[in-house]
Amino acid sequence: MTTQTKRPDGRKPDELRKIIAKVGVIPNADGSALFAFGKTLAIAAVYGPRQLHPQHMQNPSAGILRCNYDLLSFSVAERKKPGPNRRSSEISKAIQWALEPALYLDSFPNQVVDVQVYILQADAGTRTAAINASSMALAHAGIPMKDLVCSLAVGKIDKTIIADLTKEEEDFKEGEGATDFAMAKLANHNQFTLMQMDGKISPAQVKEALELTEGLTKEIFEAQKKALKDLIEEQGDEK
Amino acid sequence: MNDEITKASEASSDDFSSDAKRKIVVPGEIIISGEDFLPGEGTRREENNIVASKFGLAEEAGRVVKIIPIFGAFVPRRNNVVIGRVTDITHAGWLIDIDSASSGFLPIEESPRFINRNEMDQYLAIGDVISAKIWTVKNKGIDLTIKGKGLGKLDDGFIFRIIPSRVPRVIGREGSMVNLIKERTGCSITVGQNGWIWIRGHSLEAEIKARKAVEIVADKVHVNGLTEKVESWFEENE
Amino acid sequence: MSTMEISNLTKEKLKKMFLDGKRFDSRDLLEFRNIKVTYDVSNKAEGSARVKLGKTEVIAGVKMQVGEPYPDSLDKGNLMVSGDLLPLASPRFESGPPGFEAIELPRLIDRAIRAAELIDLKKLVIKEGEKVWTVIIDLYPINDDGNLIDAASIAALAALRKSFLPELDKDGRIDYDKKMTKKLPLEEDTLPLSLSFFKLGDSLILDPTREEEEACDTRITFGISEWKGQHMLNSCQKKGESPLTKEDIGKVMDIIPEKFDELSKKLKNYI
Repeated sequence: MTTQTKRPDGRKPDELRKIIAKVGVIPNADGSALFAFGKTLAIAAVYGPRQLHPQHMQNPSAGILRCNYDLLSFSVAERKKPGPNRRSSEISKAIQWALEPALYLDSFPNQVVDVQVYILQADAGTRTAAINASSMALAHAGIPMKDLVCSLAVGKIDKTIIADLTKEEEDFKEGEGATDFAMAKLANHNQFTLMQMDGKISPAQVKEALELTEGLTKEIFEAQKKALKDLIEEQGDEK
Repeated sequence: MNDEITKASEASSDDFSSDAKRKIVVPGEIIISGEDFLPGEGTRREENNIVASKFGLAEEAGRVVKIIPIFGAFVPRRNNVVIGRVTDITHAGWLIDIDSASSGFLPIEESPRFINRNEMDQYLAIGDVISAKIWTVKNKGIDLTIKGKGLGKLDDGFIFRIIPSRVPRVIGREGSMVNLIKERTGCSITVGQNGWIWIRGHSLEAEIKARKAVEIVADKVHVNGLTEKVESWFEENE
Repeated sequence: MSTMEISNLTKEKLKKMFLDGKRFDSRDLLEFRNIKVTYDVSNKAEGSARVKLGKTEVIAGVKMQVGEPYPDSLDKGNLMVSGDLLPLASPRFESGPPGFEAIELPRLIDRAIRAAELIDLKKLVIKEGEKVWTVIIDLYPINDDGNLIDAASIAALAALRKSFLPELDKDGRIDYDKKMTKKLPLEEDTLPLSLSFFKLGDSLILDPTREEEEACDTRITFGISEWKGQHMLNSCQKKGESPLTKEDIGKVMDIIPEKFDELSKKLKNYI
């Protein structure tokens, strides 16, 4: 792997994998969506606002957002036993932190909005795909929001800054190795809501990574927006 | 975000104002720019722009820009007629599940005639269905009343649910759609703002047909030509 | 989405309707909804399928593992059916440790498949007494609009039929990067399906929607397959609540072969 342009799948350094975005995939849910970055596929369902139990958890001035993320057992090569583990708990929290600032929590005091997001197929970037799916599902459910939330992982292969790493790229060991920087921001506002990083990256490169995120966020937002709007188009035309 | 108190009928007539300009928007999207516009429900002002705070149909009527939700939970408001199921009886009244994030309560005083505390379950038992009006919306719950014409325990027939935001179009402008379905099937129909609908007819066929007609109206997202579509459906399914 | 319990009103109405042979979606009492089966839910699974039964949706994935055989079956591989009722699929399901429904569903599918001997566990031996394959099927409902068990059984079957045995590297461990060429050995002639009969009042129905299922008094699920050209029942489980009469079971026995054939025919296009 050189510092030249092509990556294992032929992408340019600042190129995202193919995005799939679809809304309304789970009829029972108040809001639902599917989002994929290449081979990483996430499905999210939103239920709420609904009653929050136990009562002592209720907050009279603001509602609560609860997120539950997990990998389905066959989403990874080595089967994952059904049920939460430390990793899924940590990522569930990260997703909650990424989404919360976008919601008007005071519009549903004493109540809860539940986000359930699962990975059907994992090829790195699962939390970013999960956030993108959850953001669409929240909008679909009619939850009052300041903005949609867009998430992607920016990273580094040796010295080159790249966007949306695959698992192969995350495992890169030569030179400075791989750095994985998961970020989320409000689509149309200068507000980053998630920042998690592992690796070796210089301060100057962090700023470079942030710049890259700005531009690519727009692409994600366009895909989310289209998925939401298409839902209305397709329901109107058929039947 | 503040909720304005709006009447249920306002929502239904707005669906049909043909001269209003509309477009589908997502949260964070700029609806329109300009100092003259006022942010209505589901929107906010950010500098020179009116920005969407919800996913739905942005409508500009006069200078007010607001969002008509296409999906989303039932927002309980005073005077809304709702359909609910009795889940418990306390000394003070009946607990009613109105399929809302807040639970409903029917105080014993809000029944049309005096009910003795001992005969509460004879009047309304657990599992019974009622149509009621929302009297007050409090932080911790919703108070209901069944004093009023057409309210109270529902006998016979059945209830089913549609997405609450579709209720205005099932009712139609001044009740035109629900009346059409009533006429064509001979059924009694009560539409709850919480998305629950009660139907009672003279035959099973009529009741099944009425439900199907309601579901056709509710499933469509666009309202254009809905009345014609429903009328021709009735023709085809005589 | 609603968590309102079914009302007495609607339950009584459905009872009357069933007596008259009517359902809200115009189906016959013993008619299945439209079935759709697709594959490749996950490229990390050794086989996977997605089944839509009306609006009910279940996905199944198969993972193969290498391990030691059980001490009492040194010449056999293993089968395990697992999964979860994801809170995704219904406002009724909650996060947390699995409730009874979540435990029962995979176990019912397990029994049906095992008793029908769809998989010859003797063919899953890598080295007798030392190394065998374990076939793990994970079932996940994605949307619950009734009759999850029957939908899950179709998904499990479909996923198994498309499953492969992974290649092993020189140390005997699974090499996930190598292309799979060996199909999971299955009995081709048998299609073990689950058929759940639901009773409301005096009526029996198949494939209820969630609304219908909630109204029903009880359910009895049969695993059924073909063995040497004959219809064979492989498993049975009656849910609690209301009892069934001898005549009820008799009625089910009379119609089940025909219903199995109907369902098998519908699935032939997919499986």
